[in-house]
Amino acid sequence: MAESKPKPKIKKEAVPIPKQKPEVRRRNFNEVALGYTEEQAREEANRCLQCPKPQCIQGCPVEIEIPAFIKLLREGKFEEAIAKIKEKNSLPAICGRVCPQEEQCQKFCVVGKVGEPVSIGRLERYLADWERAKGIKVPEKAPSTGRKVAVIGAGPAGLTVAADLAKLGHKVVIFEALHLPGGVLVYGIPEFRLPKSIVQAEVDYIKKLGVDLKLGYLIGRTFTIPELLKERGFDAVFIGSGAGLPQFMSLPGENLGGIYSANEFLIRVNLMKAYSFPEYDTPIRIGKHVAVIGGGNVAMDSARSALRLGAEEVCIVYRRSREELPARKEEIENAEEEGIICKFLAAPTRFIGDEKGWVKQMECICMELGAPDESGRRRPVPVKGSEFVMDTDTVIIAIGRTPNPIIQRTTDGLAVTRWGTIVADENGKTSIESVYAGGDIVTGEATVISAMGAGKKAARAIHEFLMNKK
Amino acid sequence: MYKIVANKELAPKIKLFEVEAPQIAEKAKPGQFIIIVINEKGERIPITIAGYNAKKRTITFAFNEVGKTTKQLGLLKEGDYIWNITGPLGNPSEIKNFGKVLCVGGGVMIAPMLLQVKALIEAGNIVTTVIGARIKDLLFFEEEVKALSHSFYVATDDGSKGYKGLDFLKEILKNEKFDRCVAMGPVVMMKNVSEFTKQFGIPTVVTLMPIMVDGMGMCGVCRVSVGGKMKFGCVDGPEFDGHQVDFDELIKRQRMFLPEERLSSLLWELQGGCKCGGK
Repeated sequence: MAESKPKPKIKKEAVPIPKQKPEVRRRNFNEVALGYTEEQAREEANRCLQCPKPQCIQGCPVEIEIPAFIKLLREGKFEEAIAKIKEKNSLPAICGRVCPQEEQCQKFCVVGKVGEPVSIGRLERYLADWERAKGIKVPEKAPSTGRKVAVIGAGPAGLTVAADLAKLGHKVVIFEALHLPGGVLVYGIPEFRLPKSIVQAEVDYIKKLGVDLKLGYLIGRTFTIPELLKERGFDAVFIGSGAGLPQFMSLPGENLGGIYSANEFLIRVNLMKAYSFPEYDTPIRIGKHVAVIGGGNVAMDSARSALRLGAEEVCIVYRRSREELPARKEEIENAEEEGIICKFLAAPTRFIGDEKGWVKQMECICMELGAPDESGRRRPVPVKGSEFVMDTDTVIIAIGRTPNPIIQRTTDGLAVTRWGTIVADENGKTSIESVYAGGDIVTGEATVISAMGAGKKAARAIHEFLMNKK
Repeated sequence: MYKIVANKELAPKIKLFEVEAPQIAEKAKPGQFIIIVINEKGERIPITIAGYNAKKRTITFAFNEVGKTTKQLGLLKEGDYIWNITGPLGNPSEIKNFGKVLCVGGGVMIAPMLLQVKALIEAGNIVTTVIGARIKDLLFFEEEVKALSHSFYVATDDGSKGYKGLDFLKEILKNEKFDRCVAMGPVVMMKNVSEFTKQFGIPTVVTLMPIMVDGMGMCGVCRVSVGGKMKFGCVDGPEFDGHQVDFDELIKRQRMFLPEERLSSLLWELQGGCKCGGK
């Protein structure tokens, strides 16, 4: 990059994004980050070097032409800038908020070698929010091809496939098992990180593309994949059913009241809006002392939600040390600013209940880090005799999710790995002709953007398959 | 949106709905359930399917008006709509020729029990059916069940009709050899029946409806201990071996949100939701 001439006086610090103050936001469900103003966005956009050989794009799973949209932004051509993003990404308001940019585009940003990288995610968010405020334009669609595609799951992968195929002129029907579309975007990620009105707006955009959305259809039960292909006139199927089954620990007392899987807790709070109980019908009960087991983004989301629901103290219990926390750094910082306590190198061994069958204490054991395991991280090893008891009346188990098995069980000939994920090549092609898959159901639990990336590739492959058919 | 095409009161506070839901009517089998969301702010509640008719494109189900959602549901009339119904969920019942089958249905679950009895008889079984309720006014489907079953008994908790309680089952079990027992009803009833049949070594299947949220394996709130192992009511069930289920744990788990459920129902009544002004 020596030959590129950076503009003079590139600021090393990124323009900070305005946020709700920690002492305020820890008790409300409003969005934490407030977003750039136009001035801030243009100032941040000016930090981009417009590298002749941009590095950032290789970090983007959906290959957005990042320097191009930033250039349009700083020229004030917002309409064209958002259109540039949408050539590759149908859900920019979501990605601008929940992508781990520090691990992706921003990791490769050349400015990042001398200071903070350009805040690409915040700029994407700015443009998406600007567009939504003025009304989203529906792009031109290709003429109808007469081909019909069933998409299973209205999460990030499914919505991406649906949008891309609809734009190419195919008829798309999404079958979503829950009563609202969005998948993990609505049941998993909390309102304060991703307002549901934004998900709704992005879904509305996809509906405007002509995509038909069927809610409350559990494929495998309501219809099976062979039925969709043979009896219901679909030419291809995309499976984006996600990683939805909660893992438990098989510890004594795990079925006591007050012990939730993170999935249950987040579904109640996010999808069912239990934070507005009794206006909304689904309840949630939060005690004074909440323990969250696990160290990923789901654990952070659960802990921060528990705090907002009125818990006095929320403690994250993680079996490794701070260095190994899998959650996004930004979310860990946000959580700690809000007053979440982290207890490292500890894991529960049993739960102790009261006479009504409600959890009142959790026994834990201290861990130390041993040799690295197959994940490359140092394996936590229990320290003999180090058990201790902590008082807790609410426990949230956030130790991971596994693929939902219902489709695999009801689709003959669909190859599955020993972890229960569906076998698919880099274009999403499965062992059955005309059936494609992508997202967590293929990779195991991963990120929103990697699911969208898989959706993009699968859409291309499905399009090719449909156009060559017969 | 799912249109209610028939609404029948089976007993005080127990209603039977017939609802247009073609995709469920085509696929439903005995033993399966649906999840209902009554409106945008509603909770997701599981209800056992009591009937289906692919030609009419409808399903039927019965419910007890006990909480806010079921009370609201009870106010809906023919021609009204339910916001969302998902199904059919759960594994269908195992229906084959077992030989002699004892069916015990209690409370609102008498409705799906009738479907079960029909299917078992069609499969060639000799069926003895017991239906029970707290008091005689809460009994329904007596004629229908009686007409189908090879033998038929009625029981009430207070003895206002038929046998008082279920202890008489021990006598029946002593005198007759059954190959299978199917119990659907309140948890305490299923627990008692399972204890009786265990003494006589009769394989017993119970239908569990623990608290559920998604009803398709995502949340795990419906977890039950069966033979010491954790099972999910929604995807591993809803039917389980009655001799292996930890009923006491299930009873505790069913009461987890009782204070919130009462509050929700009370507030709704006070706000005039039930059109009775809180009386």
